[in-house]
Amino acid sequence: MYDMKALYEAKSVEDTIALLQKHPEAQIIAGGSDVLVQMREGKRAGAELVSIYGIDALRGVTMEEDGMIRIGSLTSFSHITKDPIIQKYINVLGEAVDMVGGPQIRNIGTIGGNTCNGVTSADSASTLHAWDAIVELTGPEGIRKLPIKEFYLKAGVVDLRPAEIQTAILIPKEAYEGYKGHYIKYAMRNAMDIATTGCSVNVKLSEDKKTMEDVRIAYGVAGPVPMRAPSAEAVAKGQTVTTEHVEAFGKAVLTDIKARTSWRATKEFREHIAVELAKRALTEAIRLAGGEI
Amino acid sequence: MRIKEKKGSETMVVGKSVNRVDAVDKASGRTKYTDDLCGKNALIAKIKHSTIANGVVRSIDITKALAIPGVVKIVTCFDVPEYYFPTAGHPWSTDPGHQDVADRLLLAKRVRYYGDDVAAVVAENEVAAMEAVRAIQVEYEEYPFVLDVQEAMKEDAPQLHEDYPNNVLAHTDIRKGDFQEAIKEEGLIKVEGWYETPTVQHCHIENFICFTYEENGRLVVVSSTQIPHIVRRIVGQALGMDWGKIRLIKPYIGGGFGNKQDALYEPLCAYLCTQVGGRLVKLDVSREETFVNTRVRHAIRSHIVTYVRPNGDIVANKLEAFSNQGAYASHGHGIVAKGMGAFPQLYPCDNVEADCYTVFTNRSVAGAMRGYGIPQAMFAVESHTDEIAKAVGMTPIEFRRKNLMPLGYEDGFSKNKLYADTFNQCMDKGMAYMDYERKYKEYQNQTGDIRRGIGMAVFWYNTAVWPISLESSSCRMILNQDGSVQIQLGETEIGQGADTAYAQMAADAIGISFEQVHTVSCQDTDITPFGTGAYASRQTYVAGFSIIKTATELKDKILEAAHELTRMPVANLDIEEGKIVRTSDGETLMTLAELSTTKLYSLEHSQHITAETTAQIKSNAYSFGCCFAEVEVDIPMCKVKLLNIINVHDCGRIINPALAKGQVEGGMSMGIGYALSERLIYDEKTGKALNNNLLDYKLSTFMDHPHLEAQFVENYEPTSPYGTKALGEPPVCPVAPAIRNAVLQATGVSVNEIPMTPHVLFREFEKANLF
Amino acid sequence: MHETQYKLVSCTINGEKRQTMVDVRASLTDMLRNDYSLTSVKKGCEVGECGACNVIIDGECYNSCIYLAVWADGKNIRTLEGLMGPGGELSDIQQAFVDEAAIQCGFCSPGFIMTAVEILESGKEYTDEELRKLLSGHLCRCTGYENILKAVKKTMYKRLGKTE
Repeated sequence: MYDMKALYEAKSVEDTIALLQKHPEAQIIAGGSDVLVQMREGKRAGAELVSIYGIDALRGVTMEEDGMIRIGSLTSFSHITKDPIIQKYINVLGEAVDMVGGPQIRNIGTIGGNTCNGVTSADSASTLHAWDAIVELTGPEGIRKLPIKEFYLKAGVVDLRPAEIQTAILIPKEAYEGYKGHYIKYAMRNAMDIATTGCSVNVKLSEDKKTMEDVRIAYGVAGPVPMRAPSAEAVAKGQTVTTEHVEAFGKAVLTDIKARTSWRATKEFREHIAVELAKRALTEAIRLAGGEI
Repeated sequence: MRIKEKKGSETMVVGKSVNRVDAVDKASGRTKYTDDLCGKNALIAKIKHSTIANGVVRSIDITKALAIPGVVKIVTCFDVPEYYFPTAGHPWSTDPGHQDVADRLLLAKRVRYYGDDVAAVVAENEVAAMEAVRAIQVEYEEYPFVLDVQEAMKEDAPQLHEDYPNNVLAHTDIRKGDFQEAIKEEGLIKVEGWYETPTVQHCHIENFICFTYEENGRLVVVSSTQIPHIVRRIVGQALGMDWGKIRLIKPYIGGGFGNKQDALYEPLCAYLCTQVGGRLVKLDVSREETFVNTRVRHAIRSHIVTYVRPNGDIVANKLEAFSNQGAYASHGHGIVAKGMGAFPQLYPCDNVEADCYTVFTNRSVAGAMRGYGIPQAMFAVESHTDEIAKAVGMTPIEFRRKNLMPLGYEDGFSKNKLYADTFNQCMDKGMAYMDYERKYKEYQNQTGDIRRGIGMAVFWYNTAVWPISLESSSCRMILNQDGSVQIQLGETEIGQGADTAYAQMAADAIGISFEQVHTVSCQDTDITPFGTGAYASRQTYVAGFSIIKTATELKDKILEAAHELTRMPVANLDIEEGKIVRTSDGETLMTLAELSTTKLYSLEHSQHITAETTAQIKSNAYSFGCCFAEVEVDIPMCKVKLLNIINVHDCGRIINPALAKGQVEGGMSMGIGYALSERLIYDEKTGKALNNNLLDYKLSTFMDHPHLEAQFVENYEPTSPYGTKALGEPPVCPVAPAIRNAVLQATGVSVNEIPMTPHVLFREFEKANLF
Repeated sequence: MHETQYKLVSCTINGEKRQTMVDVRASLTDMLRNDYSLTSVKKGCEVGECGACNVIIDGECYNSCIYLAVWADGKNIRTLEGLMGPGGELSDIQQAFVDEAAIQCGFCSPGFIMTAVEILESGKEYTDEELRKLLSGHLCRCTGYENILKAVKKTMYKRLGKTE
């Protein structure tokens, strides 16, 4: 039995907005795998909840006419992994969210919940950063879209305005066309774990597969929020596919990331692993893109 | 009576992999565990835990909490009776000098760890109870605290218990020969190491839970425990009640591994019941509380110094072991003392100095956990053994073959004897399975980021607790009208398959089929004969004695009745496959069903045929084996991948091979977690446990194991009526050092601390300049 | 104190249409155990980490401890109690758990068996590695997972009409 003050079940996005306006203190619950856990811990005890879990319109992956991939915010991790559009164009996202928790968690956990809780360790977040994802938010004033980087304000806090809800994650065609990516989750065990560090890299190679035309890299748990490593990207961009350039790319991430010491890991360890992950993820992404290294 | 290996031994069930007697119910969801049996009208008890690690409760304000609708009663540490009680699940001793330390009260005014119990709420529902717990205001006087075992022994360290200066609960030693004199020999090689094992938790999937209600002026406590008769005694002691006024019932339990070999919250729950007029009170411990407020494994730091000759002779051996007891005595010194006991026996040596200390610190209370000090001791000793082998240029196998306890070795204290060439047999099996020789050569002197290694370790384990404590087992058998038999024992089923093994042993001893034996699984202290419960890997061993003794008595009664009914002399009668057989010609005279029914309803001489006996066991047996592990170490990633692993055990004759294998695999899994991932972490600033949940505490998942291979060497144990000995705990004992030694071979790095997490490996690899 | 808020939850449980008024604060575990006495649904952590409370909802496995009971409205829910045949006969996967000694204390078994049901009903053949991943949402402290894997594999091959 959860210590909940009241539960309002929303039937639609409009209904959600109306309920949130009526109950300004209420918090949104999607799949509940974070909200209910925190409620039990006492952090959210006594809260009012607006449940959006029943809004099927927010589920599913579609491709829009301009090639934009649209992932409804309530789409579960397991459905993202199994989705043919994801598998064809941005398989790495499906692979990344297939590393969240275990199978049951992947059935209840949603990509919207994973991003809206603002945690840096979310397995979807680094990959979405690497793919220049756009967050679609719907509120009383209508829809607004913003790059995922801007959506994250600080640890645990995202740019959700009063009575606003996240309705989709969008991946523009220019962000994925020609790119191949790889995600490495570094955790203490092989299932049921959160990332100590997660690293997602995607790369676009030249036609002859010899040059890295573009490289994007993003981390979870390399700072308070998921983050890109722009210096490293600049180091690799335009360079030939060689182990030396991969090495240089790896070292360069240290200028970007903001690892810190906590009981989970020391700063030095996190930095060491971040460099190693960058090199390995880039190497694998190059291979997936048809490059030889 | 000895169980005859009859010509028709096809009909004997001991030694066969019959299905568990409880498996069908467990597979269909019908099995009732404690919570499933609790009435829905139960009041819910929740505990207020301290938010300081050391200090005194100055005052508690419950006004706000009491005002919460649904709250029925709140008791604080200022309300509870002053009956100090011990919690360890040991047999009681009538000699005060051998009794466990009575250092607990139901709630604590003097707080000794972060999470100590200072008040308890009883409410109509869980939400109200939790809200009340949060609303209770506690004012503390805070003292400095200490978490490290050797820091706690220093003069200026915070003191936890008045009667134990320098926080030392106990210090014992072993002195043999003359260590100081022996090390003067010229040309000796000195090998020295410090070995560190972590605080870990049992993580049975069913958390601790109990409920209590009053019936006919007595308290009925239903609890997820391994030791019902012991817990009854402790509840009586804690409440100052006559023990007969307590009835303890143990249903099926969702695992224990030693944690439930302690009185946990049964005394508090029983007390709370008395405070609400005897109404039904349920105390259901959360996973977070299971980690912090039940029991943990002792973290032990060991220091070993060995002097060897270049040919590998061990000349002198010295051990110092420091065992972190946490806040209260619980099982106390028994754990490190058992580990120390292994030290001079495993690698016998003429000159030994050993000292072990059990020390209070402001951590969660350490108690019994599968292996009882031996996993810690084996990590230290077997890691050290590989270091010695390396120092004298011998292979790990050569060194062990030369120095391990030899055939015929007898321990003076326990009188345990090594009756067979067990160690070599076990190692041979393990080597063959692993293709050890080839791999050991292949993996020498590797370079590169990814390296492989193969390692091994042996273990020593004593079955049961004699001669340190009482060993006794009682058994009752009741013959039914259909010729089947109920069997009852105080020794408990906790998942290991005890009920099935009892049924197998009883079937053969009586001469009936396995299906005709009904093991009464539930222990109810009003009904079940006395037995001390599941611990020390004792049950199959000790129950064997009482089952044989009781079966003999039952059989005597049955044959006497058969004599009465058939006029044939008892000497010419036997029971075979549920029938009374005339042994002179093999003629079947009647079935047991016919005999039983005729006798029970006889108008001339009615008889309900039952038997009950107690066997006191004054023996003990060594249980041995080894583990081999093959790893791949990804050096830049600081990760160990376990590729192959095998445990080989000599647990004597195996009662049920399928269940025995299951025990070994489960123990290996626990050992893998111990080696690589599991550790309860405490905040140095507050003393609070930081990872007391199943996400942050890294128990091995399905994806963290390779195939687990379990093999056996079956040397009949002569001290045991069924030839069997310890298997429940041993499998966990050799795993961590085997993996550690494999990492050593792969990388050349001696990692002397477990778990070998990436954090530890990062530090060690950096020190060794491997990056 | 606020008024307790209830909702009528209608759903199919183990093939039967059921409905009851549920306190909106209840988890699905609470509802199944308390309102329907389906005690195979176990509580091991209550935060979705151990898998003991796992049930099948509309064909997919969920930890019922972190699933609100009110969400079950209109859903098809299956628990271990629903697997037995009308005469009390065990299903093939339950029998395999018995025969392969995949059960020790039995506390994690109901959850594991329900995940096995979802795996087997996919009708696909999986490698050991894939099976390990599909079963990884459950913790077991007794078995080392070895015999659980065997039981699921054996049943998978049997259903596919293949030998291992």
